[in-house]
Amino acid sequence: MERIEGIAKLTGAERYVDDLPVEGALWGMTVRSPAPRGRIREIRFNPAVDWSRFVVVDHRDVPGANEVLLIEPDQPVLAAGRVRHVHEPVVLLAHASRDAVRRAVRAVEVVVEPEDPYLDFAAPPRPEQVQRGDDNVMKRIEIRKGDVEAALARAARVVEGEYRTGAQEHVYIETQGMLAWEDAGVLFIKGSLQCPYYVHKAALRALRRDADHVRIVQAPTGGGFGGKEEYPSMIALHAALLSLKAGRPVKIVYDRGEDMEATTKRHPSIVRHRTGVDADGNLVAQDIDVRMDAGAYVTLSPVVLSRGVIHAAGPYSCDAVRIVGRAVLTNSPPHGAFRGFGAPQTHFANERHMDVVADAIGMDPIEFRRRNLIADGDTTATGQRIVDGVDRAALLDRAVEISSWREKEERHARLVRADPWLRRGMGVACFHHGAGFTGSGEVMLGSRLDVAGLPDGRVEIRSANIEMGQGTLTVFTQIAAARLGLDPTRIAIAEADTGRVPNSGPTVASRTAMVVGRLVEEACDDLRARLGLDGDARSESFTEALVAWHAERPGGEIVGEAAYEPPPGVHWDDDTYTGDAYAAYGWAAYVAEVEVDLRTYATRVIDFVAVQDVGTVLNPTLARGQVQGGVAQGIGWALMEECRWKDGAMANAQLTNYIIPTSDDLPALRVHFEETPWPGGPLGAKGLGELPIDGPAPAVVNAIARAVGADAREIPLTPERLLALLEDDGALRARIA
Amino acid sequence: MHGSPEIPLSFTLNGRTVEVAVDPSARLLDLLRYDLGMTGTKEGCGEGECGACTVWLDGLPADSCLVPAFQVEGREIRTIESVDPDRVRELRSAGATQCGACTPGVVMSALWILENPALLDTHTIRELMAGNLCRCTGYDGIVEGIEAAMNGRPGKTDRAGRVP
Repeated sequence: MERIEGIAKLTGAERYVDDLPVEGALWGMTVRSPAPRGRIREIRFNPAVDWSRFVVVDHRDVPGANEVLLIEPDQPVLAAGRVRHVHEPVVLLAHASRDAVRRAVRAVEVVVEPEDPYLDFAAPPRPEQVQRGDDNVMKRIEIRKGDVEAALARAARVVEGEYRTGAQEHVYIETQGMLAWEDAGVLFIKGSLQCPYYVHKAALRALRRDADHVRIVQAPTGGGFGGKEEYPSMIALHAALLSLKAGRPVKIVYDRGEDMEATTKRHPSIVRHRTGVDADGNLVAQDIDVRMDAGAYVTLSPVVLSRGVIHAAGPYSCDAVRIVGRAVLTNSPPHGAFRGFGAPQTHFANERHMDVVADAIGMDPIEFRRRNLIADGDTTATGQRIVDGVDRAALLDRAVEISSWREKEERHARLVRADPWLRRGMGVACFHHGAGFTGSGEVMLGSRLDVAGLPDGRVEIRSANIEMGQGTLTVFTQIAAARLGLDPTRIAIAEADTGRVPNSGPTVASRTAMVVGRLVEEACDDLRARLGLDGDARSESFTEALVAWHAERPGGEIVGEAAYEPPPGVHWDDDTYTGDAYAAYGWAAYVAEVEVDLRTYATRVIDFVAVQDVGTVLNPTLARGQVQGGVAQGIGWALMEECRWKDGAMANAQLTNYIIPTSDDLPALRVHFEETPWPGGPLGAKGLGELPIDGPAPAVVNAIARAVGADAREIPLTPERLLALLEDDGALRARIA
Repeated sequence: MHGSPEIPLSFTLNGRTVEVAVDPSARLLDLLRYDLGMTGTKEGCGEGECGACTVWLDGLPADSCLVPAFQVEGREIRTIESVDPDRVRELRSAGATQCGACTPGVVMSALWILENPALLDTHTIRELMAGNLCRCTGYDGIVEGIEAAMNGRPGKTDRAGRVP
């Protein structure tokens, strides 16, 4: 089925928040902290400006608690007395003229009495930098399986390694924006967002309103990738505060620079591995330490750390595993949700380390992986027994075969003799990604979803899960159409408006198609049952019964309901971090072929093969697009996307020097699906959206290492980093001599 | 604004003559979006990197965020609003759009290639599309959609200007 809103997007008819015309609206903007940490001594308003012409809001205008409620209530809506990161919101301004409010922002000076900021999460904080507990660690998680020290002592070889990843900016092409207005005592907030009920919850708390007097509505959203999971609550509250004070609609739309400076990014990480192998190349011990830079407030960091830690040992079977993770509070702008949610960082470390270990023991990296991949019946680091019928070794073999790995390695060896400057290499990564919320998260969310039967025989899906490009509208339509035997044109999807749709949970964690899609099926079944139909009633018999129901009850409403129930046999223990961390996993093997030019140290990815099993593929075009987009984002993170920090602020907050891949930077990305249906998902589908960003970085860096002999341990592996590596170890001279 | 006198302006927009007065500092993008209410053209970066605001200026793609509005006096502008839905079906089938924010710019660059196929004698589609950043698709859907539209060219060049 074709993307439902495709033609509207391709002809420019889709209206995003900045496109909505609003009668009498003011433009809002934010005055931000210039310093990473300190006490606000004074806020100076330039007397040359007539401030009576502006709406001005500060923390004293927050009617409820001055908190952006999420996991912990530590992040203020507007800084009160002190700031903890550069670009922290302090004052809001609004005016009918966008130019006037832009100039006015520059006429407000926030004077900060500076305190010693903690900006380098790699080193422990000095005493004067401690801001939480005694070491700034906001969350510590430990996973234990077997006796790691004993297994390391018995191992034939122990190989250590340390791996680092940098912050990554989402670069959704539509920047963040929100519109707020009040109508008959009800506050409406509409904008670019992934999680309507997160914004709703935050608004009730900070604005001190009851649930009936706040409605959050999603506007068409131009990309999210996690970047519109938590920060939209902040902007929504800002627009609301200005609108309530002004008594007029207020729109806030960030420009690219503000969006890059102020909103969240992927957590930087440092991961250390100590790995024991036996004489045959079997993993006998994995000792892993994960450290992440959380930034200045808790936001989502504890759960990002959790997912990162759970995936840190990779898709391998090992009887002795210890993983210790720490999220550290610093004075960077808060890092947050980004596609993969901690797993790309730990998978990068693990998969790069697998090549390092294979090298150390003289084993082929493909053979080393195949030997250790989880087979059905084996357990993960948390003790979850995997029995899903997926042949993980076959995925690896397929990727090797499609990529022509062996033939290409021979050609690459010939290239070394033929060309003094160009080097090519192949690299592989095997990985997995848990779909849905971690552990008992889905049970605690308790998602609900409705499917209404309309008088004209159509049905309407009422869900809080949103379209941001990934295909929710199309896939939900397909699922409902298949369940009820209806033509897709007979399926409508309600606008994600908290006044109209139940809370089916956030649009995150690769959960929408799998977890919420299953609720669509169940609500369709419930609707059919309420019509008094048998479970196999479909097509005309369904439509006739629905039309007849309404004919007998004019003005009546009939709604099928569904509420989340965990699949049978899924158990998780949050105290010991053991059990079934996810109901289902996607599995993958990716191969990259790179070419490195030793004159410029520039790397080009010249071929890429992505093989995965995510259960039944619901829509081949959309699924392929998810993989290709994730791979492109992963290649960018691996090679070029670098946030440069200066005194706690992003110094390259523009697309001129924060570089993302163009069409000319990428080869055709070759995507193959193996389909082992998962009975817990709609039509056998599992989650897909995040898996593809876990593998490209290690595959690409492994390929570079094999091409030029550079033992790279840090991304982005920019030409500058590669130059330093090659010159440091003398490898460059050796290679070009 | 600032007391600067507005500049009277006359130009051709999607085949029709438009007469407006513009602020001297306004960008063509602002004129289209906020003065004329033609919001199909998007702003992605405001500095000519992403191409989301691509329009045609005298038959060539241009970043409308970098063009001062007063400079279009007497010139011909074509925007996404001129595009017939039938012209973009191959792009949809190939998965060329996901979130849609880059899409109007992508389509204007793609149409430039489709209507000037000789460009492909000297450049690849990937080179010609490198001025349009897309964060969702990884570009394969865009490249394949353009290829499909090129191959399906006969009979599909109807540009009667149906308004979406």
